[in-house]
Amino acid sequence: MKRPLVIFAVALAAVAAIARAQAQDAETEKAIEKYRQMLREDPWSNPGYLDADRGEALWTTRAGPKNASFEQCDLGKGPGKVDGAFAELPRYFADADRVMDLETRLLWCRETLQGLSTADYVKRPHPAGGQPVKEIGAIATWVASKSSEQKFAAKLDKPQEQQAVALGETLFYRRSGPFDFACATCHAQSGLRIRLQGLPYLAEKKEASKVIGEWPAYRVSNTHVMTMQHRLLDCYWQMRMPELQMGSDASVALIAFLTKQAEGGEIAVPGLKR
Amino acid sequence: MRLTFAILALSFATVPALAQQKVDPARADAAIKAAFPTAPADWASRLTGDETMQQCSASHNSPAKDIASAIQKRELATVVYPPDNNFIGDWQKGERLAQSGYGLRFTDDPPRQPNGGNCYACHQLTKKEVSYGTLGPSLAEYGKLRDFKPEAVKAAYEKIYNSHVALPCSTMPRFGANKILTVEQIRDAVALLMSPESPVNTGK
Repeated sequence: MKRPLVIFAVALAAVAAIARAQAQDAETEKAIEKYRQMLREDPWSNPGYLDADRGEALWTTRAGPKNASFEQCDLGKGPGKVDGAFAELPRYFADADRVMDLETRLLWCRETLQGLSTADYVKRPHPAGGQPVKEIGAIATWVASKSSEQKFAAKLDKPQEQQAVALGETLFYRRSGPFDFACATCHAQSGLRIRLQGLPYLAEKKEASKVIGEWPAYRVSNTHVMTMQHRLLDCYWQMRMPELQMGSDASVALIAFLTKQAEGGEIAVPGLKR
Repeated sequence: MRLTFAILALSFATVPALAQQKVDPARADAAIKAAFPTAPADWASRLTGDETMQQCSASHNSPAKDIASAIQKRELATVVYPPDNNFIGDWQKGERLAQSGYGLRFTDDPPRQPNGGNCYACHQLTKKEVSYGTLGPSLAEYGKLRDFKPEAVKAAYEKIYNSHVALPCSTMPRFGANKILTVEQIRDAVALLMSPESPVNTGK
């Protein structure tokens, strides 16, 4: 007779605890939303625009042993065509015989047009905290901003592109490292947080299409623009993995998968993140 | 009859899509290996993962029954208990390690402090700490809700040591089995959850 009563009491206490936790959650969430709103109210307060401007200048600056600029770089719509190019990336490039995301393609242009080594660049491709985004990141910010207000429309229908998306999906669910984490550990459910940071549900199109188009973004906690390649490295860092190589097939595949998930989502670069 | 037909049609419709999605595991392994060229030699196992991880990845964390029991059996065998079966350490130390996310990242090498458990990243624990994540369930009043029972103390130790014993393909790290935390540290984390004086249970 006693047992059901005890179970009932435990259940009641659990329900009360959950109700309290939910009230606190709602309050915390409200405060965070206010902060986000303040960041959004004046879009020109986004320091990322400075890097986009720097990127635009770098695009036309001659450099390297070949003393050339990026102006003949083919981002998929023909040499020098920048407007709307980001909205159709990643894509397969026959000249490189590879699927490439924006940053990987910019590295290719840097090497082929300017004669500067990609292998050297990827040794330290991302800024430390407080340092401005590096050259390729600045150019990527500018190029991506030239697709702002457009929708993601990468076709991803060639066999190489389909393989990249499939590999990206596999890697999204692949557990790695001593913490057993996968991308899916944090991004396969809606409405969850790490500490107070909300986590987008990237395994689902609705949330993915809201957030993927905000990268490259100025990240307030790092005080610099972070590109998608850098963002992925940061996830793998948290997963206790080694440094993800910029432009690697795995990185391109993950970006291809995420872009596929974000299909139809609006591009708003540079984004502004906590 | 109509239902059977519908199911048949559905399975025919989904088969080609799935076949297209299939990625040769060797290809995924090779892509990961190539993507982390700076991995130190003793980090090689981080790139491949063990059998449990592979089974959880392949099933998107929903293993079939027989695989789930194989995982449970395999993971239970990894659990090392404290020598005197004294599971409860120091809750204050437990609170400190629950706050710390330090350890095993490439920027943490060589180690400058003990690894943390980073419990607050995913769980609510004490009332005082409002910056907690929600990837895991709330652990507020954890011991109190379990009447501080000895079985619950042991179960808490096992969950932290190796979460797959209680829930195959749990998303929680295997803190003991993967040597993220020491047995001593896990005892401190158990104290945070299970000792009556811990603020997790007093609500202070």
